[in-house]
Amino acid sequence: MFGLGILSGLLIVPLCGAAFILTLSGEERSVARNARWAALATTIVTFLLSLVAWGRYDATSASFQLVESHAWLTESIRFKLGVDGFSMPLVLLTTFLMPFCIGASWTSIDKRVKEYFVAFLVLETTMIGVFCALDLVLFYLFFEAGLIPMFLIIGIWGGKRRIYASFKFFLYTLLGSVLMLLAIMAMYWHAGTTDIPQLLQHRFPVGMQWWLWLAFFASFAVKMPMWPVHTWLPDAHVEAPTAGSVILAGILLKMGGYGFIRVSLPMLPDASQSFAPLVFALSVVAIIVTSLTAMMQTDIKKLIAYSSVAHMGFVTLGLFTLNEQGIQGALFLMISHGIVSGALFLGVGVVYDRMHTREIAAYGGLVKRMPLYAVAMMVFTMANVGLPGTSGFVGEFLAMMGAFKANPTVAFFSVFGIILSAGYALWLYARVIYGALDKPNLQGILDLDNREKLILAPLVVLTIYYGVHPAPILDVFAPSTEALMASMKAALSTTQTAAAALPLAR
Amino acid sequence: MNAAPTLHAVLPTLSPLLPELILGIGVLALILFGAFRGERSTEGVNVGALILLIVALFVVVTQPTHRVTTLNGAFISDAFSRVMKALILLGSSATILLSRDYFQRERIDRFEYPILVVLCTIGMMVMASANDLISLYLGLELQSLAAYVIAAFHRDDLKSTEAGLKYFVLGALSSGMLLYGSSLIYGFTGTVSFPGIVSALHAGSGFGIVLGIVFVAAGVAFKMSAVPFHMWTPDVYEGSPTPVTAFFASAPKMAAVAMSVRVFAGAFQDVAAIWQQIIIFIAIASMALGSFAAIGQRNLKRLMAYSSIGNIGYALIGLAAAKEDGVRGVVIYMVIYLAMTLGAFAIILSLRRGRQMFESIDDLAGLSRTHPVLAFCLAMMMFSLAGIPPLAGFFAKFYVFAAAIKEGLVTLAVIGVVTSVVGAFYYLRLVKVMYFDEPQAGYERIPPGSAIVLGLSSVVVILFWLAPAPLVAVAGAAAKALY
Repeated sequence: MFGLGILSGLLIVPLCGAAFILTLSGEERSVARNARWAALATTIVTFLLSLVAWGRYDATSASFQLVESHAWLTESIRFKLGVDGFSMPLVLLTTFLMPFCIGASWTSIDKRVKEYFVAFLVLETTMIGVFCALDLVLFYLFFEAGLIPMFLIIGIWGGKRRIYASFKFFLYTLLGSVLMLLAIMAMYWHAGTTDIPQLLQHRFPVGMQWWLWLAFFASFAVKMPMWPVHTWLPDAHVEAPTAGSVILAGILLKMGGYGFIRVSLPMLPDASQSFAPLVFALSVVAIIVTSLTAMMQTDIKKLIAYSSVAHMGFVTLGLFTLNEQGIQGALFLMISHGIVSGALFLGVGVVYDRMHTREIAAYGGLVKRMPLYAVAMMVFTMANVGLPGTSGFVGEFLAMMGAFKANPTVAFFSVFGIILSAGYALWLYARVIYGALDKPNLQGILDLDNREKLILAPLVVLTIYYGVHPAPILDVFAPSTEALMASMKAALSTTQTAAAALPLAR
Repeated sequence: MNAAPTLHAVLPTLSPLLPELILGIGVLALILFGAFRGERSTEGVNVGALILLIVALFVVVTQPTHRVTTLNGAFISDAFSRVMKALILLGSSATILLSRDYFQRERIDRFEYPILVVLCTIGMMVMASANDLISLYLGLELQSLAAYVIAAFHRDDLKSTEAGLKYFVLGALSSGMLLYGSSLIYGFTGTVSFPGIVSALHAGSGFGIVLGIVFVAAGVAFKMSAVPFHMWTPDVYEGSPTPVTAFFASAPKMAAVAMSVRVFAGAFQDVAAIWQQIIIFIAIASMALGSFAAIGQRNLKRLMAYSSIGNIGYALIGLAAAKEDGVRGVVIYMVIYLAMTLGAFAIILSLRRGRQMFESIDDLAGLSRTHPVLAFCLAMMMFSLAGIPPLAGFFAKFYVFAAAIKEGLVTLAVIGVVTSVVGAFYYLRLVKVMYFDEPQAGYERIPPGSAIVLGLSSVVVILFWLAPAPLVAVAGAAAKALY
């Protein structure tokens, strides 16, 4: 339609929804009600549209599909969209999580409802844009544009320290990304284009790769977030409203990992190989240190936030093993963590809406009043720990298998992460759900209502389904991963032969 | 060549001068009209000045893009002058639109004001079209003298008179430096014409040229309010009537940048190595000061002053690249800067209740509740000034940084992006005040003139990313004219 493809549609639909909500006017309560329903309808339509895109997508091919290209800045910087095995699942994850976010905000957001949903829908467009962009400038545009709505979401509808958290979130991520922008420009002048498929074929000189890699790393490591630049995340998570935390943990954190697999690994293979030990070291530190930090938290959301940093450590670890299992595991973990951590934050939101506190000490014995809630949280907690049979297991197992192949010492240390995660997650569960129900204000707490059941049930099902049957996701990743491995192997071997040939030439 | 003097030989080709002539003759007529009708004519002179500017804009846009010189080569019209003149005229027209309501409220509504703005505009257009050092100086002085007067236009207001005086004293000093530098260059090259200087420098340059360039650079930097010649800016911006501040932050900046591009990338093209380091220093110092000094400001006009200092620093990154791509970046930067600045001032000017004007950052508190549209527009301007995509300000920075990277000025680019993050802090603070803080009493409806300016600039800032290609092409043609 209008020369636009289905991926443009995915970008436009949420914007249209946002524009429609902006035009709503009249009595405050009816505006709020209409805005909620309009936002829900928009996100569901977007999800259905992404399913249509999925229907047209050929999962056995490693090439970019559903490609569309429109004139934009210049002939070589175009408005180009497309998906492959790495991005398609992330697009689906985004569109899938959005209706849950809207649902989670149904009653908890009661001031400036209209603006809230507008910000969320704009955010959805930018997130889909990041995963669909096939031009680095366009990628950067969406990557950064998401900061604006997220800044407003944390700052307007957040908790007590929302202003501090929103500024920290914004400036931290901005500082990381601007260096990436310079790297994109350097790539442009070297390769003559910012078209991602063409850049994937382009070979950058090894010396230049190092600088480019570091610049991209600055951005993706902050976004990921990797230790030691993760400190914005706990603040942002704690202060953001529930749906904001879900999106942060579920999608925004995946942008860093996606960036690594889209740009750093395939375009800068030599530098990636050289810097892999650095990434390993940071990942292992992240896994162990943030797991220990998580154990000591008194705030539920902060605990989950630190556990996210630890899980992201597994993702970076897996990606830079540079072998098939590791990368597949990292990608699977990204999807699984998107579902599980999103679900955990939604679960925290359920009790927060009732009690308006996130202190662990304020809870206890919830199983007696909220059996359904206890079951749902049990599933998510187990997935967070990585129990076999849940989706969390598959990714972590594969990532560690890859790590073992690449470097057994690293794998050895990262195993402690699993033990520690069992420690903090089970302890949290025990303190909140079990124990005596002796807090007087908890006596009257109600179990899940229909809206909450509707939100949590699909997530429980998916967590278990992908735990016992991970093939549907892994099969999508497989062709692209294989292609990536082949191109990296070719690139690295030519560098090696060049290096080996050098003394002879002299 | 015909030996007999024909009309053509006596009278130079006037067609390239047409916009300036229209403005010049028109403004004389307006002076007469104003002088005979007295104070009742203010309304008419305002409308007349606006019509003149728009007609001139139309003529500029329809002028041919190829290079034409006239007045014995003192005046040039090419693709570059065309774009910069269009920007100057847009800035001046917007100023007239923004001024009316404010001047009426402050009871300083005089017919001389639009006339001075038009005179200033003629000076600026000559600056953009100057092809030798003399015409450059003439344009500069016409612009400056008119500007000194309008800075002090609120003559019963202590701050406004102080601003005018300060601007005049320092401006005269900088004009002197520019003139001194010009005389050195004339002395060492034997010519004042830019093409003549180019060919003279082609043969070689000596220390005298370096000295001349340093003095010219000082004069130019003052007019652009670039560090270290920026000291006047915050005081003059704060003291002048707000619409005049909007004017200073928009049109004269265009002219000053046009002039610096003409002089450095044009006349001194072959000795780029000499001036490049000066421009790099000025750019870094301006960006750093613009970002750090703005953090402590509570007054919106002072904040905008520091913001404009910082923005000039970013624009100069393009000039520092000293290549066609760099000049293209400068032109794109100035277009977008004009839209952002005018939009921001249109909003600052609508913060008023009765005769009281508000210009402190705290007065914006909760604006998103009382005036959601205004707050949204200002927030977009601020995000754009901070360089966040997809807003226009991102593309402005994109092109200058890209040019710097291409020329290997990586350190300059890195410093630039880091200061832009510092700058983002104070732009974000405005958003925070508007969106996160509790609201106070609302303001009156935005005056129609400001509404037009705000509407147009918001469209440019917010929707630029949908169709960036035309502007990039125009800027590219403008840059090509110089190389």
